[in-house]
Amino acid sequence: MVAIEEFIKGVQGEFEDMESGALKPGSTIQEHFNWDSINALIFIAHVNVEYDVVINADDLVNSNTVQDLYNIVSSKANAA
Amino acid sequence: MAVFSIPDIRIAGIAASVPRQEYNNRGYELISEKERDTFIKIAGVEKRRVAVPGMATSDLCLAAAQKLLEELNWKTEDVELLIFVSQSRDYLIPATAGILQDKLGLPKSCMAFDISLGCSGYVYGLSVMGRMMANGAIKKGLFLVGDVSTQNTSFKDKSTFPLFGDAGSATAIEYVKGAAEMAFNLQTDGAGYKAIIIPDGGIRNFASRKSFEYEEISEGIVRNKFHIALDGLEVFNFSLREVAPNIKALLKYSDKDVEDIDYFVMHQANRLMNETIRKQLKISPGKYPYSMKEYGNTSSASIPLTIAAALSEEVSAKDLNMLFSGFGVGLSWGSVVLKTDKILCPEIIEL
Repeated sequence: MVAIEEFIKGVQGEFEDMESGALKPGSTIQEHFNWDSINALIFIAHVNVEYDVVINADDLVNSNTVQDLYNIVSSKANAA
Repeated sequence: MAVFSIPDIRIAGIAASVPRQEYNNRGYELISEKERDTFIKIAGVEKRRVAVPGMATSDLCLAAAQKLLEELNWKTEDVELLIFVSQSRDYLIPATAGILQDKLGLPKSCMAFDISLGCSGYVYGLSVMGRMMANGAIKKGLFLVGDVSTQNTSFKDKSTFPLFGDAGSATAIEYVKGAAEMAFNLQTDGAGYKAIIIPDGGIRNFASRKSFEYEEISEGIVRNKFHIALDGLEVFNFSLREVAPNIKALLKYSDKDVEDIDYFVMHQANRLMNETIRKQLKISPGKYPYSMKEYGNTSSASIPLTIAAALSEEVSAKDLNMLFSGFGVGLSWGSVVLKTDKILCPEIIEL
């Protein structure tokens, strides 16, 4: 699994509206993502293609910070 | 595993038909302009064809079949098998295939029946046609596939209304000794039957006054029990999990690699889903045609419609290694690898 900085860069690439550098490990998810269905799907698709993991809606809803998201993705990636 | 090959079967022609009436998602006023832009970009559906009330799937399939019979110079009395694949049949009873047999003027010696499948229906139906014809007793068959989904979507449901389009198709199939084998991999997970469902109107939940009552499921999703309910996340995760492994297993069985296939014609679910599957399999964009931008998700008709919309010249002129893959409602999914041999493919018909 890549470092969190690399992970953030990849995620930012998927969300064009997001200001570059706006996302930090401690950033609250609520502030930056509106987990409507389309944004959630974009995120799920991104981590699937990049890290070969399948995350579900609960994983997204239960994450408070970008670090939480990274932890979920990397734990699944390392388990695979 | 339902992985198997069928010899001696050839696709002679594919025709597709759509309603003339067009709906442009840029004018979908339930959601903001920005949301419309995002939807069009991410889901990949800009326009859709919408059947006028009373226009049934069988009308679209009938027009496609008549066109195909005429262009192939097939005599109606030679057609001995008709299969209609759809989830939008004319009546609860009887089956629609018989109505089509009569309207097409096919002989009474023709066997005709329906198969109830959606997104995976083209691939499943092709396997049934092939298996029924491969011993050579039946030489010519018509395979009619399509759906009118828009009658069962709620304008107030942003998860389904802008996604679906209507289309029908006809595929002419013949027995030709020595024709290249088709190889199939067909799968099912009925535990996910609720992921795409019209809850009322069948025997489990009879149609009642309550069926017409609108219910707010969440913001932007208001529908009644005759409308299609789509659990987008569930279907998305299912597709990410199952489709690529199904295709990989089939390619392995067929002793082929991704590079050996000229075109992957996929069910047109939505752009994000289809692109994710494309990236999972490392398929180059040029081998992966789309029709959803112009026609939306056309359910069971999406594979033949995509061929007619994007590949008609190619398939008419060349022999091609192709892979078709359908996935969705059921949950049901399947793929077929085949070598085509100059498929007659007329222009898309508008009704």
